[in-house]
Amino acid sequence: MSGIPHDHYEPKTGGEKWLHKRLPVVGLLYDTLMIPTPKNLNWMWIWGIILTFCLGLQIVTGIILAMHYTPHVDLAFASVEHIMRNVNGGHMIRYFHANGASLFFIAVYAHIFRGLYYGSYKAPREVTWIIGMLIYLCMMGTAFMGYVLPWGQMSFWGATVITGLFGAIPFIGESLQTWLLGGPAVDNATLNRFFSLHYLLPFVIAGLVAVHIWAFHTTGNNNPTGVEVRRTSKADAAKDTVPFWPYYVIKDVFALAVILAVFMAIVGFMPNYLGHPDNYIEANPLATPAHIVPEWYFLPFYAILRAFTADVWVVQFASWITGGIIDAKFFGVLAMFGAIIAMALAPWLDTSSVRSGRYRPMFKWWFVLLVIDFFALMWLGAMPAEEPFASFSLIASAYWFGYFFVILPLLGVIEKPLATPATIEDDFNAHYGKGGTDASSTPAE
Amino acid sequence: MIKKLTFSALSALAISASGALAAGGEGHIEDFDFSFEGPFGTYDQNQLQRGLKVYTEVCSACHGLKFVPLRTLADEGGPHLPEDQVRAYAEQFDVYDPEIDDFRSGTPTDFFPSSALENAPDLSLMAKARAGFHGPMGTGINQLVKGIGGAEYIASLLTGYTGEEKEEYGSIFYENTAFPGGWIAMSQPLYGEDVEFDDGHDNSLHNEAEDVAAFLMWAAEPKMMARQRAGFVGVTFLIVLSVLLYLTNKRLWAGVKGKKND
Repeated sequence: MSGIPHDHYEPKTGGEKWLHKRLPVVGLLYDTLMIPTPKNLNWMWIWGIILTFCLGLQIVTGIILAMHYTPHVDLAFASVEHIMRNVNGGHMIRYFHANGASLFFIAVYAHIFRGLYYGSYKAPREVTWIIGMLIYLCMMGTAFMGYVLPWGQMSFWGATVITGLFGAIPFIGESLQTWLLGGPAVDNATLNRFFSLHYLLPFVIAGLVAVHIWAFHTTGNNNPTGVEVRRTSKADAAKDTVPFWPYYVIKDVFALAVILAVFMAIVGFMPNYLGHPDNYIEANPLATPAHIVPEWYFLPFYAILRAFTADVWVVQFASWITGGIIDAKFFGVLAMFGAIIAMALAPWLDTSSVRSGRYRPMFKWWFVLLVIDFFALMWLGAMPAEEPFASFSLIASAYWFGYFFVILPLLGVIEKPLATPATIEDDFNAHYGKGGTDASSTPAE
Repeated sequence: MIKKLTFSALSALAISASGALAAGGEGHIEDFDFSFEGPFGTYDQNQLQRGLKVYTEVCSACHGLKFVPLRTLADEGGPHLPEDQVRAYAEQFDVYDPEIDDFRSGTPTDFFPSSALENAPDLSLMAKARAGFHGPMGTGINQLVKGIGGAEYIASLLTGYTGEEKEEYGSIFYENTAFPGGWIAMSQPLYGEDVEFDDGHDNSLHNEAEDVAAFLMWAAEPKMMARQRAGFVGVTFLIVLSVLLYLTNKRLWAGVKGKKND
């Protein structure tokens, strides 16, 4: 499967040969597990395993929750309380599921920013990157619909606000919104379809994850130097890589255990920390909460959505040039989705010939600013829509777009990158010294 | 490194997550010292029983606890009432039973009644639906040691009446230092010495408010003690596992990494 030369699976016993001729599933597993992986990967390469674990955790806990949950406006809230009070271990399973969503998003943001810094999106890994963005979109859809299911106040009003965004689309918006909701407002039909889709989408994600892994197993992993593994011969490739099993499996599982210790402390000792207290009040279409705030992982994009108000000149210009078709609300929706599309376009916006940010002296600082910008947007998304937060949101949103559409293309032209190491082996030896064994031939005892 | 990353990620999102809660005209929340605060906090069984009495004799005149099954009053880690007392407690309620299409006296398998007064909110989850603490700096990190502050909110509300009243659109509002906005539709429910406690505990307003707030915290989060125990076991296990995996990983990579010469 991989383009990096390495030993493939050879069936030895009669039974193995018999199966291999008919279904080479053992070979597929072997080649996936023994894939040559750059030996200089740092701790930012652990998030893939964390994310895979999160998907598994959410699917397993979710299936159990679905056995006890009732998707009906009169019964949903009570059925969640039934899970919390009467189902054996139900309170733990629900808190795992609710906080698992947050762990999932912490990991995905770390994973995305890792990719942005080390240039993992660049050729030949564009397809991996695009599939990753699709996974991220599916995650957001799944999380949003999942938050509606407990049918608390934030569930209901969050759903009302977010589906209202579709109503901002000119001409077809209102019919589209009605079609999505299954009626004129968020009601039983909405809850039912959200439950159905919330159950479906994780399996779509699982499929996309398989393709994501397939794609980067074809191109090989990126690594902190951005230098490719030598493919001239099996011996050369072996100098740059170690097999995924056991080296990275053990390293990743160690990282997973540390992260789960923190996760377990949050679930055990402060499980409602990341939730909103209003969601323990049953949904009431007649009482609007004082502040409708999305979950923390949506806040950066929520800030961008709200930043473009009618008094901003770009909004006025867009409105004037389109004859009023693009109003402030629709502009905000376009900006929010545009912010994600900008990320997805990174492979074609980045013009630099050097892949890793480690060897790009100017890029480094713009990237650090992008990370700060992301957290600033997250904070601003939680603040009320008033001054000075509105102006800050606008500046922070402008930087987000500026980074992708101006800075990335320009840097490739004006920046003078540092020299990259000739091989991954050189980088590894510079860090750890020479004398290490060739791992592919003799896995350590 | 991972720990550092995880922590910085967590604290960063915490700032935004709880910053949202801090916005708005919140009232003043007094920091009561509850036995169930912090990772090793436990419910005080006697306090829950006293709180149940305050709830039964005062609050339940208007409010309900419709999500709380009566049988859980016997639960360990809860009020832990003897079974016969729970049965006797349940019998005071008239419950509509669709099977016989008539009312019958309650049994432990029934739930507490819902609110008797239409405008009185159900109290089953009140202690989780209000958050008293957001600090420091709006991060909410102090929830780890203090809890989210729902019980403090309830106790502060019950002790926060100033005695001032005003009439607006034909309804009377009462000034309260803990209620967001400062004026609440509920008249002062507790004045002190409203309930005689069986254990002879002092029945000042402060104590009654604290006891009923503790009871409502249990009503909202009855599995808290089991959850914290699971958390403690889980964290301990994972720390030990992490150490073992760290050593395994170090040993595994030692051969690949070679010796550093400098």
